[in-house]
Amino acid sequence: MNVRAIVLAGYGFNSDPELVEAFRLAGATPERLHLSDLLADPALLEGAAIVALPGGFSFGDHLGSAQVVANLLRTRLSDALRAHHERGGLTLGICNGFQALVKSGFLPWPESGERSVTLVHNESGRFVDDWVRVSFDASGACAWTKGLSPRELPIRHGEGRFTARDAAVLERVEREGLVALRYEGVNPNGSANGIAGLRDPSGRVIGLMPHPEAFLLPENHPLRRRGFEGGTGLPFFENAVKAAAAAF
Amino acid sequence: MRHAMRIETSYLDPALDGRASSLGAAAGARLGHPVRFALVDAVLVDRPLPPGPCVDAFVDPVVQVADVDAWAAARPALAGWSALLEVAWRPGVTDALALTACEALEFALGRDALGDARFSTARQYLVYGELRAGDAEALAASLHNPLVQSALVIGSAEWKAGARPPTKHPAPGAHDPAEPAWFDLAAMDDDALGRLSAERVLALSGEELAAIRAHYADPETRRRREAAGLPPEASDVELEMLAQTWSEHCKHKIFNADIEYRTPEGTRSIRSLFKTYIRATTEALAPSKPFLRSVFTDNAGVVVFHPGQALCVKAETHNSPSALDPYGGAITGIVGVNRDVLGTGMGAKPIFNTDVLCFAPPSTPDAEVPEGLIAPRDVLEGVHRGIVDGGNQSGIPTVAGAFLFDESWLGKPLVFCGTGGVMPEFLDGEPSWEKSIRPGDLAVMLGGRVGKDGIHGATFSSQALDESSPVGAVQIGDPIIQKRMTDFLLEARDAGLYRFVTDNGAGGLSSSLGEMARESGGVRVDLDACPLKYPGLSPWEILVSESQERMSLAVPPESLDAFMDLARRRGVEATAVGEFLDSGSVEIRANGGRTVGLLPLEFLHDGLPRMKLRAALPAATRGAGPVPERSDWTPVLFDILAEPNVASKEAWIRQYDHEVQARSVEKPMVGLRRDAPGDGAVIRADLGNFRGYTVTHGVCPRYGLDDAYRMAACAVDEAYRAHVALGGDPERAAALDNFCWPDPVESETTPDGAAKLAALVRACEGLSEACLAYGLPLVSGKDSMKNDARAGGRTISSIPTLLVTLAGAIDDVRKASSTDFLEEGDLVYLLGSTPGALGGSMLERVDGADKRARGEDGPSYGRAPIPDFAAAKALYATVHKGISGRMIRSCHDLSDGGLAAALAESCLGGRLGITARVDGLPGLDPGAPDYAARALFAEDPSRFVVSIRRVDRERFETTFAAHPFRLLGVLDGEPRLELRRGGEVLVRATLDALEAAFKTPLVPGGRP
Repeated sequence: MNVRAIVLAGYGFNSDPELVEAFRLAGATPERLHLSDLLADPALLEGAAIVALPGGFSFGDHLGSAQVVANLLRTRLSDALRAHHERGGLTLGICNGFQALVKSGFLPWPESGERSVTLVHNESGRFVDDWVRVSFDASGACAWTKGLSPRELPIRHGEGRFTARDAAVLERVEREGLVALRYEGVNPNGSANGIAGLRDPSGRVIGLMPHPEAFLLPENHPLRRRGFEGGTGLPFFENAVKAAAAAF
Repeated sequence: MRHAMRIETSYLDPALDGRASSLGAAAGARLGHPVRFALVDAVLVDRPLPPGPCVDAFVDPVVQVADVDAWAAARPALAGWSALLEVAWRPGVTDALALTACEALEFALGRDALGDARFSTARQYLVYGELRAGDAEALAASLHNPLVQSALVIGSAEWKAGARPPTKHPAPGAHDPAEPAWFDLAAMDDDALGRLSAERVLALSGEELAAIRAHYADPETRRRREAAGLPPEASDVELEMLAQTWSEHCKHKIFNADIEYRTPEGTRSIRSLFKTYIRATTEALAPSKPFLRSVFTDNAGVVVFHPGQALCVKAETHNSPSALDPYGGAITGIVGVNRDVLGTGMGAKPIFNTDVLCFAPPSTPDAEVPEGLIAPRDVLEGVHRGIVDGGNQSGIPTVAGAFLFDESWLGKPLVFCGTGGVMPEFLDGEPSWEKSIRPGDLAVMLGGRVGKDGIHGATFSSQALDESSPVGAVQIGDPIIQKRMTDFLLEARDAGLYRFVTDNGAGGLSSSLGEMARESGGVRVDLDACPLKYPGLSPWEILVSESQERMSLAVPPESLDAFMDLARRRGVEATAVGEFLDSGSVEIRANGGRTVGLLPLEFLHDGLPRMKLRAALPAATRGAGPVPERSDWTPVLFDILAEPNVASKEAWIRQYDHEVQARSVEKPMVGLRRDAPGDGAVIRADLGNFRGYTVTHGVCPRYGLDDAYRMAACAVDEAYRAHVALGGDPERAAALDNFCWPDPVESETTPDGAAKLAALVRACEGLSEACLAYGLPLVSGKDSMKNDARAGGRTISSIPTLLVTLAGAIDDVRKASSTDFLEEGDLVYLLGSTPGALGGSMLERVDGADKRARGEDGPSYGRAPIPDFAAAKALYATVHKGISGRMIRSCHDLSDGGLAAALAESCLGGRLGITARVDGLPGLDPGAPDYAARALFAEDPSRFVVSIRRVDRERFETTFAAHPFRLLGVLDGEPRLELRRGGEVLVRATLDALEAAFKTPLVPGGRP
């Protein structure tokens, strides 16, 4: 089995190296691809089982988080991304990548491409770095979170407050069961319904604010000397690689 | 005049904008009554563009709405505001948002559609709530820095009367490039030379100016100039280049000076503090420290702690710019030091940042802030925001640091920015820390364009801050431009596309290319080729501009096309601006290829006359006043925990990203609830194994009130014992020294310069002796020698401050220790001796803080602490054994506030209480009348509080039999800290009360 995972990079994304490492540890063959190369040749996505957008500050988030990349996805890469999705490929956006996926309309409903949810400035107005407890949709509806028990993951963002356009959209997201991750206990940014991550109806596209790729070793955990419940962030990637291997 | 375009973005529901609510809360606290904010972001373009793509580019339609050539402030959803404040960048100041807006539209419309459109941005704050006269102006003042921004206030009545913000911003003053000015130095007397230096902010001394005059008068110089078609006069280009190269900032003249050093014991001469104390220390240690690779020669020190990976470390200061513009100064400081490691060897990838920030107390009343200086709490806020943005947006974790407070930092804050980077030990089989340039290689400038920003930064920081400080010295870094450049550079490095790289920092191209020219033996610089932000720069301005995010490289001609092609694809600007030669000189061409400057390398780099300085050590005068007796020391412990130097900085640290890159093991905040202070950082070296690095600091400026030797020795000890406390290998650590001093050159304005220079000598002695004793080679360092401000008719000088930063090795990060107590039933010990020094301690400070704030001398509790190097070194080796063998379960080094504060912190970390007996502490005279004060609060170095399992008691006491230790007590499960001496209770406090004191907000009324 050779699962190719393309990790986008450049223009201010910054978590691509650890995302590459996460896919490598999970058994995939990761490739770092500069967004400028992809814009020049969108066909580069062909042959990839997984496409991942990492965290960071693409274009400085100067016009709003991931605003510029979201527009590039929408106007220049939507055909390539949709084709990847329709081929049965998996798509991941973490933090800035999540912001890009929702702001381009690729989440939660990639088929319509309608922009209906977003991530705005934290309720506190401040960037926050902390570890938070999250629970997952372990049911199997989502390829990425299948079977995952609740655990702590690091967050670090200034714009992570999940917001739907209106109550009807939020209600539909919940009704269709698209909430893949939820904050437990502490809601660190004021997200509606404590939503920390979202999937599409196929369960192959996911976006999330927490950073499983920054928790590849138990020693990353703040309670490393005391013992903690749940595992690292690695099973999240192993799930995806397993699903991709079965599909391709 | 063309029609301009203004696009405003606002929230459909302002309550969704977290920025607005936090700014509103801060504004309400400032005014003393509640107000609310709504924010509007505006992009201005000086020509019309199709509105549809603009709206798409700037607006998130789920929550936002756009107004094109219409006012968001007039929207019904935003109605009811009392004042509109609009803040915009002054012409020529980096406007990062505008650059991104331009790039976004370039993607959407194509480059051609934009033509020469110029973009600028503004932010509007709509203020809701009742405003009193002057409130709006006060808020506007708090939301912008007039040096770099302009603010506009429109009241609701004025709005109704038709007042509106501008739809167009002025362009930077554009004029034709000036011809170089020529100066007949030979005809100038000393006074005229001095005036020339002052007018042009050259910051050159009389001796230096005379050396330059002599150079131009030399017949050999005249002959060479004639041959090159140059007049005998000096051009402004040459004078500026000399001034930058010879600046204190670049040449460290004070550290290289000849010093006549007088002490009560006698007089001796010191030839260069740097050579005598810094370089000699490292040279003496080099044979026993095989990890050293490159020291003092490159932008950062290079060591190899783990085979295959070279670590580059560097710390800088950015004090003067941060005094003028706290945000811009700090962000430029952090991205600037990142470029240092990026420009070390063949280029290293930054993997961590550190910051040690020194301010006047945030509680300083406005009335005590002299005219022309920024209030300390605003300096703190601004600098902190700069560090947050600079580090986070670069994707570099901020892993360690400190906040220090002292009244003397009211004049200039001290902003220490450190960084570490890694590169493969070998690239293509060649050592990565080595690099060279061959004649014929092209001089390439990489990164942002050149503007007037940052002109004279090097010479300006070599002077006191006063009313005439040049505005242009302030720059604002753009982390994203630099992140993109960094990615490109590392890609080009791995593809072998260049031969040499260095940072473009202080002094701009004049410094970087001037230094690089030494490698090949000459350079020709074509200033005409330099890309400019806007027209109208004179040749000398292009040469010395410190516009940010630039690197200088040597690219072999055969690689140039591939290099340029990659740069274009990655959206990074690169330009060949000259050629390296073996001509023996620097030749500058401008204004159509004409030669406007010619300086022999030898004179440029070695023509600087050595400074001669006088140092005089005053006889020790520090008395030892009595320590007031107390029956209950609990309130004192609360005062110390709440003192800004000790109190929790969690609210500030949580805004630093310390997890990016996935290396983080020991974090800044530790313990069960992640709210107790750690001793430093442990990070992974690679993601594929368990090798790691420690990063720690030592900084004890208050001990310098007694003796700078003790300050320096204790700083080294503090950084080293923290490294040991974390589990680092005592044999593998490297030190950086950063001196921040008040002007130590005796003069009319600094009559006590000789004493300040003597303190510098003492600090160098302490640094050197401690590093030699502990086996810590100094691998890089920096000094900032003019930390004085003249304002409001007085001079405010920083207390002498030495920061020691340590980067060390830890072989297995899984064994890293931490400060928080782990488990009920564990035994707690004090390790190390307590002679009981209270001079410069936190106890001294809280007892005298009121007096010192009024400018009077506080109480003196005698001599400052001093390490016993031999005893400490032996103890550290044993502690390391205890940690790596996992016998020691928690380890906290004792520093500010002594034993009582350390115990409180370890208890809070584990939420575990203890009844500790502090009688019989080794080293402390049991009969001393002030035993309790010294046992609880003495700050003797080289001590730890550790905890072990009860079953390990015998093994532990055997292991440490040769060292001073004392069993303090057992973690008994009670949620309180009790400190006893015999039957006497000295301190009794619940953990909740300790937590409340520790979490006292730094800014009165602010968040904890």
